[in-house]
Amino acid sequence: MNATALPQAGAETGLPLLEMAGISKTFPGVKALSGVNLAVHPGEVHALMGENGAGKSTLMKILSGAYRADPGGEIRIEGRPVHIDGPLSAKTLGIAVIYQELSLSPNLTVAENIYLGRELSSGGQVDRARMRADCQGVLDRLGATFGPATIVSTLSIAERQMVEIARAIHANARILVMDEPTTALSSRETDKLFDLIRTLRADGLAIIYISHRMAEVYELADRCSVLRDGSYVGTLTRDELKAEALVKMMVGRDLSKFYKKDHDAKGSRGEVILKVRGMSDGGRRVNACSFDLHQGEVLALAGLVGSGRTELARLIYGADPRTAGSVELDGKPLDIVRPIQAVNAGIVYLTEDRKGQGLFLDMTVQENINLQVVGRDAGKGGLLNLGKARQRAIDAIKALSIRVAGPIVEVGSLSGGNQQKVLLSRLLETRPRVLILDEPTRGVDIGAKSEIYRIIDDLVQAGVGVLVISSEMPEVVGIADRVLVMREGHIVGEVGGTTGVEVTQENIIALAAGLAQPSAAA
Amino acid sequence: MSQETSVATLTSDKSAANRQFLIQQIIRTVGMLPILILLGIAFQLMSGRFISPQNLSIVMQQASINTVLACGMTAVILTGGIDLSVGSILAASAMVAVIGSLVPDMGMIGIPLALFAGLIFGLINGSLVAFIGLPPFISTLGSLTAVRGVARLLGNDTTVFNSQLPFAFIGNGYLFGIPWLVIIAFLSVVVTWAILRRTVLGVHIYATGGNESAARLSGIKVWAVLLFVYGFSGIMAGLGGVMSAARLFAANGTQLGQAYELDAIAAVILGGTSFTGGVGSIWGTLIGALIIAVLSNGLVLIGVSDIWQYIIKGLVIIIAVALDRLRSKGGART
Repeated sequence: MNATALPQAGAETGLPLLEMAGISKTFPGVKALSGVNLAVHPGEVHALMGENGAGKSTLMKILSGAYRADPGGEIRIEGRPVHIDGPLSAKTLGIAVIYQELSLSPNLTVAENIYLGRELSSGGQVDRARMRADCQGVLDRLGATFGPATIVSTLSIAERQMVEIARAIHANARILVMDEPTTALSSRETDKLFDLIRTLRADGLAIIYISHRMAEVYELADRCSVLRDGSYVGTLTRDELKAEALVKMMVGRDLSKFYKKDHDAKGSRGEVILKVRGMSDGGRRVNACSFDLHQGEVLALAGLVGSGRTELARLIYGADPRTAGSVELDGKPLDIVRPIQAVNAGIVYLTEDRKGQGLFLDMTVQENINLQVVGRDAGKGGLLNLGKARQRAIDAIKALSIRVAGPIVEVGSLSGGNQQKVLLSRLLETRPRVLILDEPTRGVDIGAKSEIYRIIDDLVQAGVGVLVISSEMPEVVGIADRVLVMREGHIVGEVGGTTGVEVTQENIIALAAGLAQPSAAA
Repeated sequence: MSQETSVATLTSDKSAANRQFLIQQIIRTVGMLPILILLGIAFQLMSGRFISPQNLSIVMQQASINTVLACGMTAVILTGGIDLSVGSILAASAMVAVIGSLVPDMGMIGIPLALFAGLIFGLINGSLVAFIGLPPFISTLGSLTAVRGVARLLGNDTTVFNSQLPFAFIGNGYLFGIPWLVIIAFLSVVVTWAILRRTVLGVHIYATGGNESAARLSGIKVWAVLLFVYGFSGIMAGLGGVMSAARLFAANGTQLGQAYELDAIAAVILGGTSFTGGVGSIWGTLIGALIIAVLSNGLVLIGVSDIWQYIIKGLVIIIAVALDRLRSKGGART
């Protein structure tokens, strides 16, 4: 334990609702947690921070009964020691976890989901009418705009999250754990969620809030505990919450420079490398989008979630069919209808959905890194060049500082940041000229984030053109030379570069929300 | 983290974690080997004549056709698919092999014709899955029935014979004292291993099964992978047809290969290959096929009735996989 900041005695009055004391967890060969403490009071939003792999998820899994802690620690609820030996006993004690991957049955109604496993019945038949009527109250309290008879698959991610919360409240949960709840939400949905969390706090719930986004923690948290490498580092009260202090606690040192942008915006920018004209997908999500990407620049695509940024990137990459539009690379027209054509031309795309569409989690680091170049390296008859593959993997692990025991470890066992670096190295092995990065730091811890920015900066200095899609405003402002703003499938404006408009959060949001007059797009 | 820390972590933990990972790999690959050995010992104790060179040779011969089918099945299941039609394709190919062998002066043409027939049926399966997007279970369930009909049609619903079968040595001959059936089965395993582990295609098979959307997005021609695995499974079933025909000097469209697909699937699953694709190995499949053959042979040796053989075989498959799951809790995805 570290003395950087001990919990402030007396900052809270009364007994904590939940106390975890001296919790340790050992996996074969790994000590995931050692002597971690956490105390959460009723009516408190308690942020839990730490890099990926710091032990937050393990701690929460112990709380929710998914894992058993090593003997020695103690969990107390309202001062009484309790024994959590499975998900059911956690539930009985009023502990509910809202996971990143939602756990609803999409084809059932909201009411059926809320009652899942506790269905009301009358005379042996499920009493749907009574279930619906009962749920209405909870939904009203949470301010839901949908009814209990709605089929879950028709709801947005934000609404599904609300159903999960409703389920927890309905089951009389008093301790609510929210694990990165805003990852898939737009900023408006995030605001609504925060309002909801404040309501729950006012109702006296204890909320443990896990997030990588500092801004959210400042906005919401009453206190913030930090874990690092499986150990408890300390707890900060609201008054002590400062970026420098938090970062220092999380990574154990100062981050001298978080956003690295050594490539001088004017100096490294070269000729136009990628020319996109009139991209459309038939009016569904992308409409007549045109822009130029230069060598050695970071061009960001900003906009609200659902504004068509990812869809535009997928059209360029050939992952989805376009109905109109053309792409030129180095002045030569390309007809890309399949991803492989884009890759062969030197355009690669980093998906925002790392686990779903990016990595092969059961395959090794080496296999993942080499996946797109095994064909190029292969000998006669498609025979693998295993020596070269191994060397590539070892070099990539070193170059991108991937924290892994060796090249033949399964990717699924790595932390988010290291997984992202593996995915990035797979793309870089193809030696791309144009790199399209869709949410490159989503679900990535703060240390790895900074390193990914460094990698982007190095690539740009080497003359690669980088197109970044990001929903994190500070990231866009921090790394982009020029920003295109999308709204409802159109590119509605540009800031930075030669526009004379400064790259600031305000200018981008004004365009994205349709508050500013569209400036001349590229 | 910084360059220094990551390099430091690399060197300090590297050997230990790598070793641990290798051990995991080996356990996963040979997971069922202990069961195979235990079964062998048990049957030896009960019958007193299980472990004799002669009987072991018989066991391997009994395992051979199923092993060949299971090779193709392994590739298919690795992509997350299933091929229910291998028994029917085996029957149709065996018919083709015997009918082809009746061609005067060039009876050996039965072999390539049978393989070709298997390939065509497999490619039809593959096309249904790859281009029309039918679920593998449904498309191969359809061909299970349809190809069975073709097999009966080929011989006008009779048994075809050829007592002068030019490739009879495959079913009954030996090379250096080893039955040809066993040699062919072993070569099939080696070829499958080479494809899966030493070629680009193999990487693409694992990738497709591991994460199909990621495979598509990274530029892998998923359709080509699917077409290949079902075509390969078809050829292996065709080879199985040749082996059956060579053994019997005859083929019958109605009876041959009935329920063979179930033994092939059981061998793959016993071998630890994940039913959802992306994880598994051909060596496991070989062990799985041997377990099934040892059971069949051993139960006969100790005089268990036919009915009880079915019940015991089924239970052993379930218990073996359940044990494997318990042992590697969380890790096994069957």
